[in-house]
Amino acid sequence: MTEQSTTDVAVTGSAPAAPKRQGMWTDGVPDVSGYGGLLRAVEQPLGEPLPSGDWQEAIGGRLVALVPDAIARVVWDRGELTWFVPREKLVEAMANLRDDAHLRFELCASISGVHYPTDAGAEFHVVYHLYSYTHNRRVRVEVTCSDADPHVPSVVATYPAADWHERETWDMFGVIFDGHPHLTRILMPDDWVGHPQRKEYPLGGIPVEYKGAVVPPPDQRRDYR
Amino acid sequence: MSYDLFAGANEKPADRVYTPMDSGDWDAIAREQAQRADETLVINMGPQHPATHGVLRLILECDGETVTSIRPGIGFLHTGIEKNMEFRNWAQGSAFVTRMDYVAPLFNEAVYCMAVERLLGIEDKIPERANIIRVLMMELNRISNHLVAIGTTGNELGATTVMMSGFREREMILDFFEAVSGLRMNHAYIRPGGVAVDLPENGLTQLRDLIAWLEKYMPEMSLLVQENPIFKGRTVGVGVQDLTACMALGVTGPILRSAGYAFDLRKAQPYCGYETYDFDVCTWDTADCYGRYRVRLAELWESLKIVKQCADRLEATTGQPVRYEDAKISSPADLTVGPDGQGNSNEHIKHIMGESMEALIHHFKTVTEGFTVPAGQAYVAIESPKGELGCHVVSDGGTRPFRVHVRDPGFNHLQSVPLMCEGGMISDVIMAVASIDPVMGGVDR
Repeated sequence: MTEQSTTDVAVTGSAPAAPKRQGMWTDGVPDVSGYGGLLRAVEQPLGEPLPSGDWQEAIGGRLVALVPDAIARVVWDRGELTWFVPREKLVEAMANLRDDAHLRFELCASISGVHYPTDAGAEFHVVYHLYSYTHNRRVRVEVTCSDADPHVPSVVATYPAADWHERETWDMFGVIFDGHPHLTRILMPDDWVGHPQRKEYPLGGIPVEYKGAVVPPPDQRRDYR
Repeated sequence: MSYDLFAGANEKPADRVYTPMDSGDWDAIAREQAQRADETLVINMGPQHPATHGVLRLILECDGETVTSIRPGIGFLHTGIEKNMEFRNWAQGSAFVTRMDYVAPLFNEAVYCMAVERLLGIEDKIPERANIIRVLMMELNRISNHLVAIGTTGNELGATTVMMSGFREREMILDFFEAVSGLRMNHAYIRPGGVAVDLPENGLTQLRDLIAWLEKYMPEMSLLVQENPIFKGRTVGVGVQDLTACMALGVTGPILRSAGYAFDLRKAQPYCGYETYDFDVCTWDTADCYGRYRVRLAELWESLKIVKQCADRLEATTGQPVRYEDAKISSPADLTVGPDGQGNSNEHIKHIMGESMEALIHHFKTVTEGFTVPAGQAYVAIESPKGELGCHVVSDGGTRPFRVHVRDPGFNHLQSVPLMCEGGMISDVIMAVASIDPVMGGVDR
């Protein structure tokens, strides 16, 4: 079977808004190293042009031919292929990624979330790492949703292995996977409040008393950020 | 009639609840159940059950001795390692990931460091000797991991001898790890840019001794279990998971290979120079617990084959660098293994404290602030003893990871427990879970 690119992959969209970093320590505490005065804006890379004529281009074209508008943005960076898929197209795209002979991504190895608080309107990125045994290829599918509407369709129907991975992403980031058979907490206790791996969630937010010494709450500590 | 302390506020209480306080032993429970003529029994196995490999909780619904429904519960060893790593610099991350799957710590370190190296763009610039040492340590770790997997299974069958045998050989490997890295476990030995420290002066001699020891004593393992009628009686045809199920549930590693698919990331997508080593991918065709042990037993010898090749290559590359040339990244500065473990070498302390102000500043900056990593994301996957171990790392260009996620094979594989156990006996649950070889430190992270 030969792979044919019937539609060019549209490379549109923009990178997530640049997060700003200032200093190493909590705001307002003088940093004796002098590093605290520096303000840096860092942008996620937009990537390089796809290697032309190779599989990276062909499979993108194949997916777009099967599911129109499935790929909003392509990033080819450090030898890894990332597709940003609109969440409305995710379920259809995933089913085709698994079943189409040219694509055949049988293994959904990992699903996890990343919280970009500065990426307005797309604060949460859900990242799927797919692998094709047949073609020995990897691709990363990235879906974004906003903090106000943290919904992403579940892909458990296509990849049963996604079950626990989606539960963990819900547990840690609060992303709701619509259509998941039982979206409950998996690592944190059932009655836990909050989603610990969100950026605004402090490290060590629980008051701990050990042999009479009390660890101060996070906002009263001079600590790492 | 007992009070149902497990029922929620709006739930109908169960009509009989057995607790350790009110009933004597299993015989008494069985007698009472027989009188009640109600065969359905809900059993809470774990999280403190010795046969659950740490703190795994299994909720079993049984009809007599037959398991009709099983639900694994995890999270009892969740330590927030991924969150913690966002608050420490890139080099310190190595010391965190090593504590995830603590039976195979060097794989966690390797996959994390390789992901960081991909972000730094220095994947191709890792010195050859560093890669040989990485392969050596990983393969020895694979042997020690498989020995624990088989040994603890024997223990769960009531055969303590198998465990003692496995742990004895493992201890020899850990002694070698201690000589090299300063620590038996949780080494933090593989660092971004290479490895922390070269082999000690007598390291190669120790390695040759270790290989000789393993060649002499490792056959004991297969003698104990391979044709053992009790072992076979408990594992043959138990916990079957065929290739279709493996594919659907994303199962990799020995479980996939026991279903007959010769898939190994070391061959499919080689890293650390695995393409230059001579070894075979071991498979079995029964897709049951017994097949998984046969795959592991065979892999012991394949790994030893690689270890021998590493020993020869290490001899040939003596004196070559083991860290990336840029001293900013291969942090912290010169380490050595002293009598009290890994630490700064005396020469380095003398240099920074007595000879060079610049070296002191550099050391301070490297250790406290660390190095920056260009923004972007990377996913690296390697073949750990349990399956595909992946690490997704995101950088925002700072000195600390923006996000680290580790795809632990055990986390994924525990999902297949219901598939392997439902319809079987309670005793088969123990074997099925043991054949997955889950380590809860890695599963819960």
